[in-house]
Amino acid sequence: MKRFFARNAPAYVFLLPWLIGFFLLALGPILASLYLSFTRYDMVSAPRWIGWGNYEYMFTRDRRFWKALEVTFTYVALAVPARLIMALGVAMLLDKGLRTIGLYRAIFYLPSLLGASIAIAILWRQLFAADGVVNQVLAMVGIQGASWITDPDTSLYTLVVLAMWQFGSPMLIFLAGLRGIPRDLYEAAEIDGTPRWRQFTRITLPLLAPVIFFNLVLQTIDSFKTFSSAFIISNGTGAPADSLLFYTVYLFNEAFKFFRMGYASALAWFLLVIIATFTAIAFFTSKYWVHYENERD
Amino acid sequence: MAGLTLRNVGKRYGALSIIQGLNLGIHDGEFLVLVGPSGCGKSTLLRMIAGLEDISEGTISIGGKVVNDLPASKRELSMVFQSYALYPHMSVRKNLAFGLQNFKVSRSEVERRVAEAARILQIEQLMDRKPRQLSGGQKQRVAIGRSIVREPQLFLFDEPLSNLDAELRVQMRAELASLYARLGTTMIYVTHDQVEAMTMASRIVVLRGGKIEQLGTPQDLYTRPQNLFVAGFIGSPKINMLQAKATREAGRTVVSVAGMPDFAIAELPTGDQALTLCVRPSSLRVGSGDVTGEGTIRLVEYLGSETLLHIALSSGQVLLVSDNGRTSYRMGDPVTIGFDLPDLHYFDSTGQRIEPIQKESQAQ
Repeated sequence: MKRFFARNAPAYVFLLPWLIGFFLLALGPILASLYLSFTRYDMVSAPRWIGWGNYEYMFTRDRRFWKALEVTFTYVALAVPARLIMALGVAMLLDKGLRTIGLYRAIFYLPSLLGASIAIAILWRQLFAADGVVNQVLAMVGIQGASWITDPDTSLYTLVVLAMWQFGSPMLIFLAGLRGIPRDLYEAAEIDGTPRWRQFTRITLPLLAPVIFFNLVLQTIDSFKTFSSAFIISNGTGAPADSLLFYTVYLFNEAFKFFRMGYASALAWFLLVIIATFTAIAFFTSKYWVHYENERD
Repeated sequence: MAGLTLRNVGKRYGALSIIQGLNLGIHDGEFLVLVGPSGCGKSTLLRMIAGLEDISEGTISIGGKVVNDLPASKRELSMVFQSYALYPHMSVRKNLAFGLQNFKVSRSEVERRVAEAARILQIEQLMDRKPRQLSGGQKQRVAIGRSIVREPQLFLFDEPLSNLDAELRVQMRAELASLYARLGTTMIYVTHDQVEAMTMASRIVVLRGGKIEQLGTPQDLYTRPQNLFVAGFIGSPKINMLQAKATREAGRTVVSVAGMPDFAIAELPTGDQALTLCVRPSSLRVGSGDVTGEGTIRLVEYLGSETLLHIALSSGQVLLVSDNGRTSYRMGDPVTIGFDLPDLHYFDSTGQRIEPIQKESQAQ
């Protein structure tokens, strides 16, 4: 054992920065939050063990928790398909072999780079405000627009539109996937008189399934974790009428506004369970719809 | 079945011209092979016939009907791709049936045609497999099967055997030839392999730089190549080329080749000039011939049915001789090699074939 460490010492020296980071900044806080989720902790006094108390409260008495779940699930159900469809559509347009494809790729990817930033969320708030650009444009064609962000019935949809607009990263992955489908499959289909729509449903979609699956899992995880845009647009409260009370916004408020660290930790662990469950479902069902060319039989 | 006519067909990509003013008539029921080196335009031409590439100029007619503006699916043809182009997520059965489902063919008719193609190509036991579970040869059969079920007027093959190993290629070549004999449908076959071209074609088109170098039967191309390019391209092992000089002398022409004795032939239509003489390795013999010369064996390649001898003349030029394989040779041995005058091919300085009016015997 001693000799083993002596022989591999240089490797450990090089690994040390990462190991320190992993144990102190990742694994340590993860385990600490698991412990804290079974305590009552306000960051001032020492954590007090309460067993399953936080979880019991969450599921049985906390109405806002259920509201946060509802908002988040609705958002995920709308934003993920919307963003993926948008991404695939633009990727298919770009796959037509435009000469300036590099430029377009960069332009379309830009919102994804900026998307999570505070500035874009503020811009979004102004675009969809009662006297914002969207309503001004609608007014030009004689339509009286709603107060999109302050109306609880429409506020969530403004965030779904924002999510659609951030299609850059799945689009790039789709584009790479489309490029990987051999051209001669389409040429064979062309000679066989296969209509475009049937080519899309019978060739493109099945052959793109591994990429769709990858994007679906990534975007689902990403959407469950949506925070900054909702936080900015709702002024950090989840308003109006909790219609923008995303799970992460609720969690943040519990932790850093009301200093209920134990409860916030429990919320965080339950979010992990939700994401893990959805990912597991996606992986389990994938064998029925994802075709891998090189998989073993 | 249908014949095909190409009139002044050209293809340009911007300023780059791939095919220029090409004229070609393909008979009904013919097996025509387009052969040529990489980049000669043969695949582009096939794709233009298929409707996968636009035509920059000229007309293409199938069965007497101009098809320039017809989409690929309306040209009543099918195509076998080099990569097989099988749909990887579909079983063999679905791959075979996929195209037919676009043509409003009844389900029972689809099943009948698929079963018939499977029987002809002996792939009945593979019908429920996916392409990844098939060997290269089996994939190629499925690809051919997909063409057969369409019952097209015209079959197009784009280098269909080039992804197969040598043994399988020979086997599939024979199978394709027997399929052609059985169906009798017009087939256009693209290859860069002149052996494939020679063994399967009714006629061969040799292409270079988007132009036809020669069109003819395999025998025509082998025995009377019209230019140096065709002489060098057709035939394996490759034809020997010798630089020569022709001098007119009293009603006959004396030909001088470095390392060989001068010899006389009937007058060449072009008079005194530099020539290229070509002689096939199988037309060169050890020990005898109308014209003989001395050389040294540089390399012996024993192939069983024949032995290839690389023999250096005193001029340093190395000639390839195909011997019958019954005699043993050693590197470094001095040998006499010879050829008969009727076996020589003459090409002028522009590389075009020239014919002496009448050949005479050797004159020292």
